Amino acid sequence: MSIPVLMPALSPTMTEGKLAKWHVKVGDAVKSGQVICEIETDKATMEVEAVDEGTVAQILVPEGTEGVAVNAPICILAAEGESVADAAKAAPPAAAKAPEPAVESAPKAEPSPVPAAPPVVAAPAAEPEWKGKTVRLTVREALRDAMAEEMRRDPGVFLMGEEVAQYQGAYKVSQGLLEEFSAKRVIDTPITEHGFAGLGVGAAFGGLRPIVEFMTFNFAMQAMDQIVNSAAKTHYMSGGQMTCPIVFRGPNGAAARVAAQHSQCYASWYAHCPGLRVLAPWNAADAKGLLKAAIRDPNPVIFLENEIMYGQQFDVPDDPEFILPIGKAKVERVGKDVTIAAFSIMVGKALHAADELAKQGIEAEVINLRSLRPFDTETLVASIKKTNRLVSVEEGWPFAGIGSELAAQMMEHAFDWLDAPVKRVTGLDVPLPYAANLEHMALPQPETIVEAARAVCNR
Amino acid sequence: MAKPATKAKGETLPEKSKAESKSPRPGDNSVTSDQLKHFYRDMLLIRRFEERAGQLYGMGLIGGFCHLYIGQEAVVVGMQSTIGSKDSIITSYRDHGHMLAAGMDPKGVMAELTGRSGGYSKGKGGSMHMFSREKNFFGGHGIVGAQVPIGTGLAFAHKYNGSSNVSLTYFGDGSANQGQVYEAMNMAALWKLPVIYIIENNRYGMGTSVERASAITELYRHGEAFGIPGERVDGMDVVAVRAAGLKAVEYARSGAGPYILEMQTYRYRGHSMSDPAKYRSKEEVDKYRTERDPIDHVRKTLLDGGQTDEAALKAVDADIRKIVNDAAEFAQHSPEPDPSELWTDVLVGA
Repeated sequence: MSIPVLMPALSPTMTEGKLAKWHVKVGDAVKSGQVICEIETDKATMEVEAVDEGTVAQILVPEGTEGVAVNAPICILAAEGESVADAAKAAPPAAAKAPEPAVESAPKAEPSPVPAAPPVVAAPAAEPEWKGKTVRLTVREALRDAMAEEMRRDPGVFLMGEEVAQYQGAYKVSQGLLEEFSAKRVIDTPITEHGFAGLGVGAAFGGLRPIVEFMTFNFAMQAMDQIVNSAAKTHYMSGGQMTCPIVFRGPNGAAARVAAQHSQCYASWYAHCPGLRVLAPWNAADAKGLLKAAIRDPNPVIFLENEIMYGQQFDVPDDPEFILPIGKAKVERVGKDVTIAAFSIMVGKALHAADELAKQGIEAEVINLRSLRPFDTETLVASIKKTNRLVSVEEGWPFAGIGSELAAQMMEHAFDWLDAPVKRVTGLDVPLPYAANLEHMALPQPETIVEAARAVCNR
Repeated sequence: MAKPATKAKGETLPEKSKAESKSPRPGDNSVTSDQLKHFYRDMLLIRRFEERAGQLYGMGLIGGFCHLYIGQEAVVVGMQSTIGSKDSIITSYRDHGHMLAAGMDPKGVMAELTGRSGGYSKGKGGSMHMFSREKNFFGGHGIVGAQVPIGTGLAFAHKYNGSSNVSLTYFGDGSANQGQVYEAMNMAALWKLPVIYIIENNRYGMGTSVERASAITELYRHGEAFGIPGERVDGMDVVAVRAAGLKAVEYARSGAGPYILEMQTYRYRGHSMSDPAKYRSKEEVDKYRTERDPIDHVRKTLLDGGQTDEAALKAVDADIRKIVNDAAEFAQHSPEPDPSELWTDVLVGA
């Protein structure tokens, strides 16, 4: 059987090229991998190697020919046991400018419309109001208890990060864990965020359930490639074969007077990426219930804490099976005049603002978003249908922030219910300054939230 | 992970880091005739598979980036012969050879190259992103150097689980200058993780030669700062690769920690399919192909030693050709992924 050799494409965009030079002539034996000719494109000259073996029976495109279409036959090989003359006879006519590829190219699927995104999975049901016993815990203790309980439950769960073991945590979140779980499961790392984030991803691929603590999320920028390219995308890129059950946690956003490099909110960065879950607890119950959910989740989870909240006390359900649903916002205060949506430390500021607004005769509904990806559009829309007004509050910068996303979501899902444009309260669009007065001005305060709420209520 | 008991600082490197490995020749009991025939077959499968992949790329059936392994076959075939089925393997985007050596189905690999539903990633990963949990092959990673901390993490999991499994973590001379490689090496040495770092030094990171990229071109010494022993190996000689691999795997498996093998190898083709390779001379490439080819080398050894004859090798060739033809057929006829696949596998259980 004669074997046609076709004009190859040498790049994804090449459609034709010049056959610059033949290295073989009729009658030559050709082996796999042997250079048979040279092709020139507008970008480069490249050698063409034979894949099939045989004897050159006919050269269909003489050297020097320009505009040879990709996939046009350029020569014919006689297969082993076939005469050169027979092979040449069977050859298709020379077609330097063959418009039709001689070989069936990739079967074109019927043009199919892009399938619609699967209907947004309904947000999980809100947790029932807790009627049982509670304990008074700081956010710090709640996080520690969540990790300890999950480590007792699953021997594959381990904690690694800078100063998490012997030092008991840079912010004392991991206090006591080394003593209970030993150095095998509570691991001090060198200061090497990119490296230990990647090592954690590998451990998760290998079947463990790492909790990777970043001393703060500011340092996780060093690890961004491993978080996004390796942790978030591999499940998809492997067609579902690989999973990466890992929690990246640590304080996010501004602390106090630590200036621009240590004070950034990364909520919108991570919430942008499919393949990640992004949680941002406010109080101690959120912290415990959501961290336990994050550790049990089979996906990579970004868990954004807040340093200023670590020392604040709240009531927490006293039950090792208290777990909050991922993807569910919580109405922290019911109101009818305006909805204030916030996450993390800003929930407390929003509640303060709501108290002040109440004094002025405005009843604000405060929503603690808690889960930024997946996002609970349903709870927000239900609230807007009642209040018809939305103020979003976040510490991060305004451009392409979480508030921008809320505004877009409301355009898409609650446009007819809005009586005023969505108002964003954000950190100012500057690197966070060090000076106490400037720092205060750059971050959202209860009074800025009050002002924004009054504005959307036309008051 | 417990910190290792305090070791004397400034401990000198083991002798082996300083010397090149001697390649035991076939006949000195390190490789049997059957093993050598297997190596020939496995290397030839990779060679023919890659040639066909190049052809399908030329026909427009494979898109995007496609990095061929032609010339480097002895590295992965030799190393694979030193590990067991529970050891893990991870590499960069030049990964087709690793997958075939690990025993993955050529049809599934080729169908992933053509972006079809029969591919290992259902067509969603492509040439650079394929995995097999069954074969403990953990990718296929497209970001230069990213697989090194991940491979180190696989070794961490082996140790955490109390198994004696090891992690083969491959990377190229290009990756060898990435910061995260050294972050990973430090932790691997600190915690004595069972990982073998295999540096496939094919002399060019895309178009930049090792001499123009690395201040110290003896890449096997790149772990010296962490006390990791290293060895330079003739990566064109499958028997030498195996001998060095056995030693390194044994070292890591014994709990002694990481080991570096610098495989001196060569890729015949460009960095990717669309690389005209102007940074090196035709003579240089020809010299490797004609004088150092790893497959010709084994073929000659087998024939010269009377361990096989032309007819038997021809039968192997025909057999391989059929496997590759079947893979290419399958890859062209497997359907494109169903449009509904667009939205699957983003999250587990969502």
